[in-house]
Amino acid sequence: MQTLDLAQSDLRTLNATLQTAATAGGNETAWEVVNPRGAHALAVGLDGPLSVTVRGSTGYYCAGMNKQATVQVAGSAGPGVAENMMSGTVVVEGDASQYAGATGRGGLLVVKGNASSRCGISMKGIDIVVFGNVGHMSAFMAQAGTLVVLGDAGEALGDSLYEARLFVRGSVRSLGADCVEKEMRPEHHALLADLLERAGAPAAPEEFRRYGSARRLYNFDIDNASAY
Amino acid sequence: MCGIVGLFLKDPALEPALGEMLAGMLVTMTDRGPDSAGLALYGPQENGVAKITVQSDDPAAFEGLDTALAEALGGPVALSAAGSHAVLRLDAARAGEAPAALASLRPGMRITSRGETIEIYKEVGLPADVAARFGVAGMAGTHGIGHTRMATESAVTTRGAHPFSTAPDQCLVHNGSLSNHHNLRRQLARAGVAVETENDSEVAAAYLTWRMQEGASLGDALEQALDDLDGFFTFVVGTRDGFGVVRDPIACKPAVMAETDAYVAFGSEYRALVDLPGIEAARVWEPEPATVYFWTR
Repeated sequence: MQTLDLAQSDLRTLNATLQTAATAGGNETAWEVVNPRGAHALAVGLDGPLSVTVRGSTGYYCAGMNKQATVQVAGSAGPGVAENMMSGTVVVEGDASQYAGATGRGGLLVVKGNASSRCGISMKGIDIVVFGNVGHMSAFMAQAGTLVVLGDAGEALGDSLYEARLFVRGSVRSLGADCVEKEMRPEHHALLADLLERAGAPAAPEEFRRYGSARRLYNFDIDNASAY
Repeated sequence: MCGIVGLFLKDPALEPALGEMLAGMLVTMTDRGPDSAGLALYGPQENGVAKITVQSDDPAAFEGLDTALAEALGGPVALSAAGSHAVLRLDAARAGEAPAALASLRPGMRITSRGETIEIYKEVGLPADVAARFGVAGMAGTHGIGHTRMATESAVTTRGAHPFSTAPDQCLVHNGSLSNHHNLRRQLARAGVAVETENDSEVAAAYLTWRMQEGASLGDALEQALDDLDGFFTFVVGTRDGFGVVRDPIACKPAVMAETDAYVAFGSEYRALVDLPGIEAARVWEPEPATVYFWTR
């Protein structure tokens, strides 16, 4: 494993080193970052099968735009962790701040603590598994992908939802506009079983309720198509 | 943006280092707001003594001020100046008359704080420069808050810098913007609470002052603020013996807190907390939306 020390190196050099290693594809795929001290934009834009462990807590936008790489934060993550992830895996051992996994198109984000407000906002294909609770407005305008919450969800879960699938084990403080509880069918149990296993989450599929879009908002009504 | 920090010490052994720790935290937040910076520090109580911190663009205005004010109030006044600010120490029994006397003696001079323990230093410029100018790193105290500003709702001036103090030993810093501050300002004026600047955050400070004048505790006043203030806010507030934090229900302005047996600390970002003693073992959490947190000594 190679070590990058943010007390010795500046952020731009550190990210460039990781990005180069990711695309070069050599044998050296295991990296660790020490002394993150809440720095912003750590390990962003990686495009290759690298494995990066950040030893400590991070600031804004850690592992943003991740592709193929596995990034583990051995601490808590600031706002926008794994924002716009394309593929790969991001694991936060502690808590994640606002809009974790926002706009993500693919890959798996695992938060082992709590995620705060707007988790998975506008998600477009990413899978997100949160072991604890999520805050208000989670999965707002979520278009595709799966959000799994082992704890409770805050106010207005899934407001203005499109086709994303939401599973919550605990309570939901309130559902957002057009978000409704839906039946758990065998295919949902299978989907959830696979996702929980990949995330290493200590829960069983039958403990969850499913929520999704009722498709009653203006944008779902074909009669409104002529307005554009 | 804007960056906020706050530190409330539980362990008296840390009190000599309050200024150093708080200034360090604020300097880390510099890139969240380069317009102006300010710090409020609650120093040791001096029996029977009131402190008034004044600011003047021309420090020559401090010359002879102690003698003139002593004469006007009929009691001794001690002055210690640092750059554009000076702290006046006087008999607490005469402190009530001091603002009017100051206004008549030095019409352009601004009072940044008054009370028994609080001192507020604030200026246009970066946190490192502002902290160095006033020697904040050498100041002792029990708790303090700091702010580095990216201006939105009013001009970049010393008067528009945070913290805002609208009553003895009270202060507030704000990250966000209020949308009903004009209306609140009129309501407060009818209740006899003056707001000196055009700044929305000062209205929030005055609102809390008004609530506490009406008998509310700091915690109750913050609860009421959640109903009456409209807009975006993360507030950190100080009183002589209290320290409080509240975020609006949408909570898009960032906030991280840490607590150990020795202190409670607040930062807009975790970066601001990383140099605090024992932070690795501290309980670190993000304050919940629309939830009041406060501590008293």
